[in-house]
Amino acid sequence: MDLELMANSFPKLLNAAVITLKLLSASLVIGLFVGLFFAILRLNKNIFLNKFAYGYSYVFRGTPLLVQIFIIYFGLGQIEYLRSTFLWVILKEPYWCAIIAFALNTGAYTSEILRSAFQTIKPGIVEAGRSLGISNKIIFYKIQIPIAIRQSLPAYGNEIILMMKGTSLASTVTIMDLTGVAKYIISTTFKPIEVFIVAGGIYLFMTFIIHNVIKFLEKKYSFN
Amino acid sequence: MNTFKKIIFTVLVSLLLAGSANAGKIKIGTEGAYPPWNSKDASGKLIGFEVELAWTLCRYIGEQCEIVEQDWDGMIPALIMRKFDAIMAGMSITAERQKAISFSQGYADEVASLAVMKGSSLEGMDTPAGINLTKPNAAAKKALKTLTAALAGKTVCVQTATIHQNFLDSGDVGKVNVRTYKTQDEVNLDLASGRCDAALAAAVAFSDYAEKSGKPVVLVGPTFSGGAFGNGVGVGIRKDDTELLNAFNKAIDKARKNGDISRIATKWFGFDASM
Repeated sequence: MDLELMANSFPKLLNAAVITLKLLSASLVIGLFVGLFFAILRLNKNIFLNKFAYGYSYVFRGTPLLVQIFIIYFGLGQIEYLRSTFLWVILKEPYWCAIIAFALNTGAYTSEILRSAFQTIKPGIVEAGRSLGISNKIIFYKIQIPIAIRQSLPAYGNEIILMMKGTSLASTVTIMDLTGVAKYIISTTFKPIEVFIVAGGIYLFMTFIIHNVIKFLEKKYSFN
Repeated sequence: MNTFKKIIFTVLVSLLLAGSANAGKIKIGTEGAYPPWNSKDASGKLIGFEVELAWTLCRYIGEQCEIVEQDWDGMIPALIMRKFDAIMAGMSITAERQKAISFSQGYADEVASLAVMKGSSLEGMDTPAGINLTKPNAAAKKALKTLTAALAGKTVCVQTATIHQNFLDSGDVGKVNVRTYKTQDEVNLDLASGRCDAALAAAVAFSDYAEKSGKPVVLVGPTFSGGAFGNGVGVGIRKDDTELLNAFNKAIDKARKNGDISRIATKWFGFDASM
């Protein structure tokens, strides 16, 4: 064990963890909107909208994240027509390609989490609101959404942690995130065990924080 | 002993025997993704200059060999962790790598070059045909200055953990935006897509790609050798494995004397890259 190497690589890896967190937060924010949008489509009675949303979540949950990143980064980069459009300004950057892939992926899972949360709301609660003469809009915002958020917290917390670990795939498209920098240090020191232990420790610490924040929120919004 | 225990016992014993059956073989690790040094044919079989040379060297050593595949970025760690006994993967002999492993004498050498897509602003740089960085002369220093000016703010793509990455990191051509990839294939893809302004690798890696893909990839600037680019390509071997190191050195001597290295190199590179 090369403890000196571990100590030396720690600050570099900590810096790289900031990139990981940036990727994670950008993907989660975009993914939450995408997920909410598709969850509402899934609850719609229109069969086309419903199937379209189902197809999206089926494709993105049914293929590996690595394949999705490669299709967006290397795949779209091969289409010559695309390179002459304004889209290329975004797709040229590995950072944006990774965020698009992560957001679409987490969006698919989030839409399923939110859909099932909405579906667990007992009809009696909505009916109770209606019987009091509350409008449908207010029932949706003041009753259904808060209950759905509470219901989806444990599953969504899991999704955040899975996504955080998923961001390590950004290193495959040249992004210097936590895993990318770890690989870079290994490429000059040839000591993978030491460096990956430190990187793994940082990932574990981030999981610890996310886990506890979610636990706190669960308690705060519990019905009791 | 009941039947269950017997089954477990038999499986364990056969695993041990299977493991020891391979113990006599020299295992050689290669990447299989860096043509023409080493690559794979359509059926997934390892081919290339080093694959053919490895079989030849094994014949001279007089031992059974097995060639195994390993991703480039884990090559040296895998050797140290005894996944195989020798590296033949277009790996240049550099001082940095010699801190971790030993190298046999070099068996081939070949220059590095920058490549761009046809029509790039980097075409037509006024530099000598080739520069040696071990003791750079005035012309080489001037060429590095020209390159520094031309590459300022440009994105240059390389495969990770290579001499090409080391060279760009060394600051000899100023602060360029270096992007690293797991394989040379991915570097080629992003050079063609326009994400990279230029790429740096073995010159033959680019000409091989241009020929096979039909993409207008052109070499620009001088060819590089010496310095960060090391002193030829050799067999990488664990530091404590001096016996195997000697065996490979002797085998390379014999193969060179008999003209095998030149013959195989000419077959795969189109020119004699042996040394």
